Amino acid sequence: MKLLEKLFDRAAPHFQPGGRLHRWFPLFEATDSFLLGSGERAATAPHVRDAMDLKRIMISVIVALLPCVIMAIWNTGYQANSTLAAMGLPCPGGWRGHLLAAVGCDPNSLVSNLYHGALYFVPIYLVSVLAGGLWECIFNLVRGHEMSEAFLVTSLLFALILPPTIPLWQVALGISFGVIFAKEVFGGVGMNFMNPALAARAFIFFAYPGQMSGDQIWTAVDGVSSATALSTLASGAPGHALANLNISWWQAFIGTIPGSMGETSTLACLIGAAALLVVGIASWRVMLGMLLGGIGCSLLFYMIGSDVNPMFSVPPHWHLVLGGFAFGLVFMATDPVTAPHTFTGRWIYGALIGALAILIRVANPGFPEGVMLAILLGNVFAPLLDYFVEQANIKRRMLRHG
Amino acid sequence: MAETTTRELLLRPIFHRNPIALLVLGICSALAVTGKMDTAFVMSVCVTVVVACSSFVISLVRHHIPSSVRIGIQIMVIATMVILVDQILKAFLFDLSKQLSIYVGLIITNCIVMGRAEGFAMNNPPKASFIDGLGNGLGYGFILMTVAFIRELFGSGSLFGVEILKLTSNGGWYVRNGLFLLPASAFFLIALLIWFMRTVDPDQQEKN
Repeated sequence: MKLLEKLFDRAAPHFQPGGRLHRWFPLFEATDSFLLGSGERAATAPHVRDAMDLKRIMISVIVALLPCVIMAIWNTGYQANSTLAAMGLPCPGGWRGHLLAAVGCDPNSLVSNLYHGALYFVPIYLVSVLAGGLWECIFNLVRGHEMSEAFLVTSLLFALILPPTIPLWQVALGISFGVIFAKEVFGGVGMNFMNPALAARAFIFFAYPGQMSGDQIWTAVDGVSSATALSTLASGAPGHALANLNISWWQAFIGTIPGSMGETSTLACLIGAAALLVVGIASWRVMLGMLLGGIGCSLLFYMIGSDVNPMFSVPPHWHLVLGGFAFGLVFMATDPVTAPHTFTGRWIYGALIGALAILIRVANPGFPEGVMLAILLGNVFAPLLDYFVEQANIKRRMLRHG
Repeated sequence: MAETTTRELLLRPIFHRNPIALLVLGICSALAVTGKMDTAFVMSVCVTVVVACSSFVISLVRHHIPSSVRIGIQIMVIATMVILVDQILKAFLFDLSKQLSIYVGLIITNCIVMGRAEGFAMNNPPKASFIDGLGNGLGYGFILMTVAFIRELFGSGSLFGVEILKLTSNGGWYVRNGLFLLPASAFFLIALLIWFMRTVDPDQQEKN
C-alpha cells in the first residue's frame, strides 16, 4: 500500500493543471480514488457530516442489486438446463459447451445452473461495462470531468434488463446510445433527464423488435422460443386469462420463470428494495406510489372486465409479479436524478408510472409489457410535476400570507 | 442586404444559415419523408421550386400588397405554386406522389416558404428573392438528403432503393435497425447534424 501511495504521489504533478499529462487527469483521479481513499478535506464552511457521497450511493445500489444478479445468473442457467432436460437434448455445442463439459447441464444442480447462467450473463455484463465505460471515459477526458461510479450502475442495470439470448453487438450498440444520448449530451452524470439504462433498452426495443418485443420467451437454448408469461395471458380466452398459464404465483414471485435476466424474481427485488430503503437512497414515496398506481389501475380493469380482451381478467396480485414491474419499481423509477424532487411530485410520479405500465399492458395490443415505456414517460414528466407542485405551494402561501 | 452578392444569397443558407439546422423550421416534413432517399429527393426538389418561385412572384408584386392583408396574399401565391407542383407530380411521378401523400400539399404550411416570403421577398427585388429562395430550398434539401441517407442506409440497408448492405432477411449479414425506419430517429439525426454544424461554425451558437 505504501508503495502504491508513493507511486501515485509521485505521478500526481504530471496530471495537475500545467503538467504534461493534465488532459488525462480524470483517468488518474478515477484510478487513484478507486484504489486509495481521498485525502481531501473541506477547508471552508459549510461542513456537512455525511458519509454518503456519490461514490457510496452508487456502490450501495450495486450491493442492493446483488440478489437480483445472483437470481439472474441462477435462473438463466436453470431455464436453459430445464429446457434442455425437458427436450432430452445434450449440452449445447460451441465455446459454452466446452466450458460446460465439466459440470454438465443438470437443472437440479446448483453449480451447473449458476455456471451455465454465468456463461450468458458475464459476457453481456462485460460488454455493457466496457462499452459504457469507454464512452464515459471519452466524454470525461474531453470535458475534464471526474469519473464517477454511475456508469457501473447503468451498465449493471442494463445487463439485468436484457434477455440472455441478445447478440453482444446489440448490447454494445444499446449502451452506447443510452450513455451518449440520455446522459452525456445533456452534461454527464446527474444531468440525465431519463434513465440511461432504460433509454438503452428502449433503443434496442425499437431498433431490433425481433429480439426484444417481449412476446417471445428468451430461454438460452438455441432455437427455442415460446410466448412469455405476459403474452400467454394476452392470448388467453377473454375472462379466463390465467387458465393458459402453466406457472404458479409463487413461481413468478420467486422468479423461476423465463424473462429478461434480472427482472423475473420479485423476491430478489424486494430484498434490494429493503436495502435501498434502509440506506435511504431510494424514495419510498415513489415505490409506494407506483405500487398503489399499479394496483389501482389493474383493480379497475379487473372490476370492469371485458368480453374481448383477456388482459382485463388478470388480477392485480399477478400483475405485480410478472414482467418488469417489481424491478422497475425498485431500481428504475426510484433513480434520484430522473425522479421529481418534491415529495408530492414523487407520489404523483410513482402513481403515474404504475397506472401507465398496467394501462399499456392491458389496453395496448402492440406491447405485452409496458413498464419500460411507462418509466421513460414518467422521467419526461418529472420536471413538470415538480414545477406544478412548487407553483401550487407558492399560491397557497400567497393566499395564507396575503 | 443590398451589398450581399448573389453567390452569398445562394450559398449562405446551405451551411451558415441553414433553415432547418439554425432556424429549426420545416421539421415536420423533415421527419416524415426522410425514410427513403427518393422521397426525400423529390420533396427537396418540390420545396426548392415552391420557395424560389413564390418568393419571385411575391417580390414582383411586393409594392402592390397592402400591409394589412399581406399574409393572406402570400399564402395564395404559395398555395398556387404548391398545387401546381402537386399536380405535376401526380401526372408524371404517380407512385412517388402517393408515397409522399399529404406532405406535398403541406408545403403550403412549411414555415421556410412563409419565412422567406415574409422575411426576404417583401423587401427585396425579384432576382435576389429568387436566388434566396433557391438557396433556402437547397439548404433544406441538404439536411433532408443527409438524414435520408443515414436512415435508408441503416434502416433498410439500401440507397435510392438499391441494396448496399445485404439484409439478413435476404440471406446477408446486415440486421436492419428498425429505429431508423421510425420518424423519431430523424430527431436524433438532425440534432447530431446541428451539433456538428455548430462545432464547425461556432458563429451559429447562441451567445450566453
